[in-house]
Amino acid sequence: MLYREAGQFKTTYAADQQVFPIRQDRIGVIALLVVAFVGVPLFASEYWFSAILIPFLIFALAALGLNVLTGYAGQLSLGSAAFMAVGAYAAYNFQLRVEGIPILVSFICAGLTAAGVGILFGLPSLRIKGFYLAVATLAAQFFIVWCLTKFPWLSNNSSSGVISTQRLIIFGYELTTPVEKYLLVLSIVVVLAMAAKNLVRSATGRAWMAVRDMDVAASVIGIKLMPTKLLAFAVSSFYCGVAGALYAFCYLGSVEPDGFSLDMSFKILFMIIIGGVGSIMGSFLGAAFILLLPIFLDVALPFVAELFGLPFSSATVSHIQITVFGALIMFFLIVEPHGLARLWQIAKEKLRLWPFPH
Amino acid sequence: MNFFLEVLIGGLLSGLMYALVALGFVMIYKASGVFNFAQGAMVYLAALSVVGCMEKGAPLWLAIILAFVIMTLFGIATEKFVLRKLVNQPPIALFMATIGLAFFIEGLAPMVFGSEPRALELGIVDEPIPWILDNWNMVISKFDLVAAGVAAVLVATLALFFQYTRVGRALRAVADDHQAALSIGIPLQHIWAIVWGVAGFVALVAGMMWGARNGVQFALTFTALKALPVLILGGFTSVPGAIVGGLIIGASEKLAEIYIPPVMQDLFGGNFGGIEGWFPYVLALLFLLVRPEGLFGEKHIDRV
Repeated sequence: MLYREAGQFKTTYAADQQVFPIRQDRIGVIALLVVAFVGVPLFASEYWFSAILIPFLIFALAALGLNVLTGYAGQLSLGSAAFMAVGAYAAYNFQLRVEGIPILVSFICAGLTAAGVGILFGLPSLRIKGFYLAVATLAAQFFIVWCLTKFPWLSNNSSSGVISTQRLIIFGYELTTPVEKYLLVLSIVVVLAMAAKNLVRSATGRAWMAVRDMDVAASVIGIKLMPTKLLAFAVSSFYCGVAGALYAFCYLGSVEPDGFSLDMSFKILFMIIIGGVGSIMGSFLGAAFILLLPIFLDVALPFVAELFGLPFSSATVSHIQITVFGALIMFFLIVEPHGLARLWQIAKEKLRLWPFPH
Repeated sequence: MNFFLEVLIGGLLSGLMYALVALGFVMIYKASGVFNFAQGAMVYLAALSVVGCMEKGAPLWLAIILAFVIMTLFGIATEKFVLRKLVNQPPIALFMATIGLAFFIEGLAPMVFGSEPRALELGIVDEPIPWILDNWNMVISKFDLVAAGVAAVLVATLALFFQYTRVGRALRAVADDHQAALSIGIPLQHIWAIVWGVAGFVALVAGMMWGARNGVQFALTFTALKALPVLILGGFTSVPGAIVGGLIIGASEKLAEIYIPPVMQDLFGGNFGGIEGWFPYVLALLFLLVRPEGLFGEKHIDRV
């Protein structure tokens, strides 16, 4: 009854082509933004901001980047964490070496640097496909992390490549509290997510999807493979790079290259698998799921242990976490290969008909 | 010159160790088209089962048999409960499922057998062969030679198995074309179960060699990461490719580790060790740009 587009007539092309054509969706998105920008800062505690909300938004952004590449353009990448590292270190170096550069500009430059590196490692995608490419992106993962550890210039000669980020000053105002950082991250993520949403429904996005579905067929109908694939790598790395810069500046404050490990790349990959490959919203759902699951297990496992009288050591808990993680990945792939986003879609279909069964 | 040869031979021998792991990948990829990322985790599981059984008091031979049983059962279970449900999904989905499987094993195996690093004694000592040390002044490890021998025997056995047994022929038929194999009455699911069993066996051999050399610990799962460049260099579908790829990667990585860092140090200053981690990948990547299907891989022809 509530969620039905009947009676919403479109009289102009502009109205027909808007991002959210259904009125309820628009209201929902606006309500969500209001809650995120106003409601959450009023009620959430400091712990929530610094331990859950900020990393959630940052990882959602990284997952969004990977989703552009893997979900829309069909190029599997196992190196997203490395591109985040590029972003983090680039932002640090721009702040350090360019006199008086505004922090937001350095974030954008960090994204662009990551995009450049992404294009470089995307070049092989023109020749190689599928698993060969996935393995090739591992080269990016290992090589970049090694470079950041070994070239002292990149981390301003600090030992083992650890960097401590500079202060966050925007228009002369310094952001110090978690709430302020949260609002900054949120704003950036909202802008970039809207950009991505628009990008994937543009001609570029359709070209990506054509390449994903079958690149030979796409090239036959006149899509130039090289610019299309490289653009996907560039955009994806840009998102990952900005996410990495935010990860360093707004979340941790001090990062080392080894923090951007292969495990983190896998984590981001899992986010899009569980959230939904080829879905903007899925990136957010997946990030929330993957980040909350360990926290949930941390709380739930001791409880279960007590219930059955089993002593769980902390090592066992972490093993169980990994096992559950793996099992869930397989479970999701078997039961719902399109992820949480698909479940949400099914729910919407049901809502449309509700209260009638058909 | 002697030093160069020593590094080269050491590299070639450790390359064979990589090839041992890569073989498991090739087996499964050939027969079912699944890129099994969990192979490294299976190596870990196999080594842990051997050590775990020995800790419970079983002698080595019994522990190996038990581990083999565990690996086979595990392979069959994987096929039955995970891969069979994913038939007709795109290969990428299967690949991601095996990443999930890898995590599953990496969590489960230490929960069952304990996670602390342990030594695995096979009765082979890791020491230089005196005869070569005396006459040529080169350090060639006895253990590496034995491992190379094991790899050679394993490859020969697999080749014979593929070539001359009924099951081997069926395996090759399935690898060629699933549908055609089904249509002439080859039971696909049995074949896949067998393939996973064989891959478990290969993982067991690799796990014992690696475990005896570096100790049975979580780092064994990283052997998969060592085997991946070997695979792309040799081609995913070729057993000889895995061996040749292993030799090339092993030799070039050890040589690079010795000869490149000093050059970079002269250029940039600082310490540039540890290029072993990425060098094989970059090498394989550059190689792919010339031959996208690897050394011995099947040339892929795209049709619309």
